[in-house]
Amino acid sequence: MSSSRSADGKWPWLFVLPTFLGVLVFYLWPLVKTLYDSFTETGPFGGATWVGAANYSQLVGDSEVYRAILNTIVYTAIVLLGIPIAVLIASLLNRPGLRGAMVYRTLFFLPYVAMPTAISLVWRIIYNGDYGVLNQALGVIGIDGPSWITQPWFALVAVALLGLWLVIGFNMIVLSAGLKGIPAELYEAAALDGASRAQQFRSITVPLLTPSIFFLSVITTIAGFQLFDQLFALLGPANPVMPKTQSLVFLFYDAAFVGNERGYAAAVAVLILLVVGLLTLFQFRLQRRWVNYD
Amino acid sequence: MRIPPLKYGLSLVATALAVTALAACGGNSGSGGDAKVPDDPAQVKGDLTYAIWDVNQQPAMQQIVKAFNDKYPNVKVSISLAAFDQYFTKLKTQGSSDNLPDVFWMNGPNFQLFASNKQLATLDGLTGAKQIDPANYPKALDDLYSLDGKQYGVPKDFDTIALWYNKRLLADAKVAPPTADWTWNDYQAAAVKLKAALGPKGIFATGDTLGNQANYYPAMLSNGGFVVKDGKSGYGDPKSVEALQFWSDMVKGGYTPSAAQNAETKSQDRFFDGKAAMMWNGNWVVSVALKSRYKDDFAVVALPKAPNGERKTVIHGIANVMSAKSKNPTAAAAFLAFLGGKDAALIQAKAGAANPAFTGTQTDFVNSAPQYDLKTYIDAAEQYAEPYPVSKDTGVWNKLETDELGPAFGGDKPMSEVGADVATKMNEALGKER
Repeated sequence: MSSSRSADGKWPWLFVLPTFLGVLVFYLWPLVKTLYDSFTETGPFGGATWVGAANYSQLVGDSEVYRAILNTIVYTAIVLLGIPIAVLIASLLNRPGLRGAMVYRTLFFLPYVAMPTAISLVWRIIYNGDYGVLNQALGVIGIDGPSWITQPWFALVAVALLGLWLVIGFNMIVLSAGLKGIPAELYEAAALDGASRAQQFRSITVPLLTPSIFFLSVITTIAGFQLFDQLFALLGPANPVMPKTQSLVFLFYDAAFVGNERGYAAAVAVLILLVVGLLTLFQFRLQRRWVNYD
Repeated sequence: MRIPPLKYGLSLVATALAVTALAACGGNSGSGGDAKVPDDPAQVKGDLTYAIWDVNQQPAMQQIVKAFNDKYPNVKVSISLAAFDQYFTKLKTQGSSDNLPDVFWMNGPNFQLFASNKQLATLDGLTGAKQIDPANYPKALDDLYSLDGKQYGVPKDFDTIALWYNKRLLADAKVAPPTADWTWNDYQAAAVKLKAALGPKGIFATGDTLGNQANYYPAMLSNGGFVVKDGKSGYGDPKSVEALQFWSDMVKGGYTPSAAQNAETKSQDRFFDGKAAMMWNGNWVVSVALKSRYKDDFAVVALPKAPNGERKTVIHGIANVMSAKSKNPTAAAAFLAFLGGKDAALIQAKAGAANPAFTGTQTDFVNSAPQYDLKTYIDAAEQYAEPYPVSKDTGVWNKLETDELGPAFGGDKPMSEVGADVATKMNEALGKER
């Protein structure tokens, strides 16, 4: 044994133990249990019987699943628009000498810290087809607004717009940190060479922000595929539009808690894990092509 | 003893896994079915949870708990409230981990599921000790909460369906108020007039929520159809379909809000906000009516008759039940006995919270809101009520009703097609129950 004995022993284990136990109990064990459950069928009050891949063949044959995947993709695509919007806002707010930048920053960030459910209930009132603020505003400019939260595609767009609005603040904070890391000399040099503001934005700001943008796109995609609370609170579980608007996680909820088919729900959960895993892998593969790390 | 580091870690992992595995599988044991209530109330101690789903009845339930504490000072009852849409979801989840509330509300559609899966305690101990006498409640309800010859639930209240209308809105539209002789045609004709007069003001002719219990069950039964009989669905029956079509036409004509409009603003709320003129509804809305700004404009009359001259309503009642795995069966049994007694029934009645099931206490309920002629509901129960349709796993086909039938009202598909479709799926579900 060398002098590095102190690095063995039981002390390191002891220090890692609390975190390790937490991960074990709250992540690893549920993961294993969910995988196991997805091959079983549960009774109304627990008790499981092994059914092999029956849940997975039901999953593949269920048209609701494909619709839910499509809905989730559409939602995520709309929420991803929050990144370019946030790039624009963040670079505007980072102008040297802008007064009240702090106030604006706080205002943009507020939705992100408020409770999604509470916010959804407020937006439910805004979107109301009969006397909602949004349709009243549209009425002023002569547009007869739709019944936002009870028509298939409108309802999904309504949920996505809310998600977009919620996430802008977070994106902005991340991007502002990235902007702070861009040396001012670069802009000065570009200005001396006669580059306009727009050219500076295109050739300096955006390329140097790519690491932050990449981070955000991974995070947003993962969060997008976990859409549940805004959907549930904004549309309401008994909404007749739900079958056409539900997300994958809502499908999981419906199977697990409403229909009491926990095995099938576990299979849906495994599907979500696979889809999110693949998308994240794909994004990491693509990053070499467009992300600048120097 | 010095354990090599890696092994040490692994043994911890193994221990942790063993602990979680133990926690994950709940044993099925114990039954509070024969819980006796001791003679000395001071002997009964501990904490109880009591789960309910109606926020409008919460004050009355709190009063009952208070009265219970006058008799049993050493029991602490905490009421937990969950909205009806999530209530049974929550209970099933709690049941899976043996954490059901000690005492809770039960309804007809869910009863057999809970009872057949040994989640509920029987009333044997309480009826044997004469703490509870089933003879005090309507027989239809005792039967609803019995399975294989054993009773599990103590009937708490009963409800039937009647026609609510807004006198002021009808007068504004120059529509004569409904009478007990009305038929569906009169209801529809009045709706046409109401829509013409009030529609431009954003007021609906009817605030019917198109739910099964208040709207299409009574219509189907009145028309000579049925919901479920001998393990077969009645949704394909031509008489049932006619009744469904009646409601579908009401939505198509723009007299009744569609399922989508109901999802956005509950149609029942429109009625109580003076934004709808009539509706079919149960006596459980009395406390809501009394809270409305327009409470003096409302009136109640018997349901309109089907074209064949028949009038039927379903009768349903909530029961109080106790968990088979209650940690404190003695206190739970004492509380259950109190909930089934006359004092608790009178508290409910006077508060106008619900129409109590205890025979002879309904008068107080009728008098709690003299302006609404609530005797209509009692008469309905005695004269033209049919038992609430249930099967072993009612929830499965109730979900078909909400998912497929509800949104189809007022749609382009004729109800004969929708009904046949629902009947096929429902028969499949009923076949699986045996």
